Amino acid sequence: MASKVVRKKDLTLLERMYIPEIVKGMRLTMSQMFKPKFTVQYPEDKFVPSASFRGRPVLVEENGTERCVACGLCSRVCPALAIEVQASETELNKERYPVKFEINMLRCILCGFCEEVCPEEAIIMSDEYRLVFENQKDALFGKDKLLVPIEKVQARLDFLRSHR
Amino acid sequence: MDIIEPLVKIVFIFLINLTTVAYLVLVERRVSAFIQNRIGPNRVGPAGLFQPVADIVKLFLKEDIVPKAANKFVHSLAPLISLVVAMATFAVIPFGNSIHLFGRDIKLMIADVNVGILYILALSSLGVYGITLSGWSSNNKYSLLGGLRSSAQMISYELSMGLSIIGVLMIAGTLQLDKIVESQAHGMWYFWRTPMSFITFVVASFAETNRLPFDLPEAEPELVGGYHTEYSGMKFGLFFLAEYANMITASAIIATLYLGGWQLPFVGHLGLPDIAVSLLQIAAFGIKVGLVLLFFIVIRWTIPRFRYDQLMNIGWKVMLPLALVNILITGIGLLW
Repeated sequence: MASKVVRKKDLTLLERMYIPEIVKGMRLTMSQMFKPKFTVQYPEDKFVPSASFRGRPVLVEENGTERCVACGLCSRVCPALAIEVQASETELNKERYPVKFEINMLRCILCGFCEEVCPEEAIIMSDEYRLVFENQKDALFGKDKLLVPIEKVQARLDFLRSHR
Repeated sequence: MDIIEPLVKIVFIFLINLTTVAYLVLVERRVSAFIQNRIGPNRVGPAGLFQPVADIVKLFLKEDIVPKAANKFVHSLAPLISLVVAMATFAVIPFGNSIHLFGRDIKLMIADVNVGILYILALSSLGVYGITLSGWSSNNKYSLLGGLRSSAQMISYELSMGLSIIGVLMIAGTLQLDKIVESQAHGMWYFWRTPMSFITFVVASFAETNRLPFDLPEAEPELVGGYHTEYSGMKFGLFFLAEYANMITASAIIATLYLGGWQLPFVGHLGLPDIAVSLLQIAAFGIKVGLVLLFFIVIRWTIPRFRYDQLMNIGWKVMLPLALVNILITGIGLLW
């Protein structure tokens, strides 16, 4: 059985000419031309992410030393096998410390599993997203490139606490 | 000696036309970006002004791929037809009043043929060849369909275009474009004297130039690019330029026939020297064409596309009767 199109309100002749509609459309389009633009002009203005942004992983440095106890959980959970941890004895008041902590940024997929699994809140996804390397060796980030003082990542730590 | 004057005019208008076509692409990208709350290309020069140069260089350096089974001669010929036809139409459009230079009266149009507007209609019919041949010679189902659709669309709307112009011709009493412009002096522009003819002509020119809302033949989601699928490099560039050149031509014709051409109603009263008046009139023509072009661009980004059957429906069942009724009304109006 063929279906019939039932319009609740048939268009008047003026409406069917579509000219008023076109004029209304053009008024909307032209008014949008004068509204503010959303483009971020990249090299001059950079996008500043909020605390919930998942950038590159960094080690938190508190009181001059890293919080990490070299438990190896982040290395085990990393889906891209990007983290390598080498533990060793230490005088400080913790079990062990990482003598070598290396993340291969070419493998890291910025998933954040290492941050989720860390029992010490020692590795955090920061808000840095600009990663440029000129050769493969530069992409292996050791402790020197990963340590970041706690003030810089406090926003992320607060965000994680509030959403635990 | 007599050949220098047309030669100078040809070179001048050709260069201006080519530059405007190239920059129109940039203007469209910028305006469409502003409408969509973003900035268009602004990196290449100050405010992106060298972008067309970058585009043209890129197109020249791209590899020119011709499908193995395509008809090489026609494949190369088709975009040339489109572009040449689009540019040739400019030969009869008057840019300004006759100016008095070097002791002679120079008309600001390249060729003052006495069939003026008929020449333009004939050339736009030739433009259909460019698209049909490109679709056909590509040896590609989608291009063929796109070419066929486009040519059917252009032919249908040529009828309403021609018939709607008759309203203007009846009032002006002449086919010659410069006399039509002269008859629109003192603000007696034809767009308010024959509004229905104006509207039908504008709609028909959107369809003639394959421009949204009538651009199904080149709509990518519909037809994988339509008639210019198999074109790359400068041949594609030629098609692109031809589309914008067609747009400029259509705007120039609309400005000439309906918006008073180079007429500026109040300029006679200002008491300026003749050469300043002529320059103002040329500028007025340029501004009118520019405004119509802006209208073309904004409409593209405002209205959704017509489906092909809706398009043909409108062309034959709505535009054609409207154009005929317009002739009737104009005739009755003239008799009174």
